[in-house]
Amino acid sequence: MIFSRTAFKSAVATIVALTLFGAASTYAQDAETLRPASEIEAIGDERERSLAAYEEVAKVVTHPRCMNCHPRDSSPRQGMDMAMHQPPVVRGVDDFGAPAMRCATCHGNENVSYVGSEGSIPGHDPWHVAPLSMGWIGLSKGAICEQLKDPERNGDRTMAEIHEHMAEDGLVGWAWNPGEGREPAPGTQDVFGQLTKLWIDNGAHCPTS
Amino acid sequence: MATVTTPTARPTGAELEEALDDGITRVRVNGVDRELAIDPDTPLLWALRDELRLTGTKYGCGIAQCGACTVMMDGQTIRSCVTPISAADGGIVTTIEAIDSPEAKAVQEAWVAIDVPQCGYCQSGQVMSATALLTENRKPTDIDIDNAMAGNVCRCATYVRIRQAIHDAAKKLEA
Repeated sequence: MIFSRTAFKSAVATIVALTLFGAASTYAQDAETLRPASEIEAIGDERERSLAAYEEVAKVVTHPRCMNCHPRDSSPRQGMDMAMHQPPVVRGVDDFGAPAMRCATCHGNENVSYVGSEGSIPGHDPWHVAPLSMGWIGLSKGAICEQLKDPERNGDRTMAEIHEHMAEDGLVGWAWNPGEGREPAPGTQDVFGQLTKLWIDNGAHCPTS
Repeated sequence: MATVTTPTARPTGAELEEALDDGITRVRVNGVDRELAIDPDTPLLWALRDELRLTGTKYGCGIAQCGACTVMMDGQTIRSCVTPISAADGGIVTTIEAIDSPEAKAVQEAWVAIDVPQCGYCQSGQVMSATALLTENRKPTDIDIDNAMAGNVCRCATYVRIRQAIHDAAKKLEA
């Protein structure tokens, strides 16, 4: 078979395009979805199972939808670029904001779409930042993992309570229902809960980084 | 359309559930019970301004970034531009037209004394936030004031006077 030069160029371009965009698509899928717990359960080694489950859990906890409200300083972040919150706000003594500038001053009980412009203001009851001891921004996946297991830095929770928090807490669940104009956390809260349980049930191992 | 009724005890339990389900928003505004038959997604700001003709509360940005629309609801500052009227159902709202606590009076007097308002557009929101701050904290520091007022933008940039006036109001309350 004889290819014309044009046909050859077209074939090469197609292969290059498939390689590049195919790879990009696979990466995007990995970043935006969670492996199902059933797939990880098939891993033979218990430690590897736990680490594989945590790798998926980490996709969620390091997503800006979660990280933005787990600052290690006084101010939450916002957006996928984790910019400083605007208007400037502080956590206050109870993590619900400052007097006259409470979180609920702007954030109601549910997401509210703007009237007359695109986007929405997020909301949930309650709406607040995580306690300072539970700050994650800037920490590695491994460091966050160790923190999740430490009662002094996880809100004095047992691992069963950590699972319950991840799987059932409404404010955690907001990450998958963030309102118009916001990217949700990967997967679903249900799968996130299953993966958290799998991580815990297999020893709650943590990666080194 | 808004109607006015004589203030009564707020409904509770089954009575409250029934009241919330009939499509009428019932809200006590500045001490008067109001019934509003409007789209439940209507921002409280527009209910106040267009339905109840309380135009002291201003529209600034519409996205909770400037604070011009600040009112009190159930004892807390809220941005009325992003608060659907449905969220105010059964609530108690106070606007700039009706604040009359000692803290509010002290703030208003301090505002006038040192000419805080310039164009004046943001002032109702500023006064609402300053009053809420002094209600919770009678002796705020500069940092307390900055934290409380950070969501109230002034296009005339009278921030130094705003801070001074809040200190002055605090001193007057202390005296």
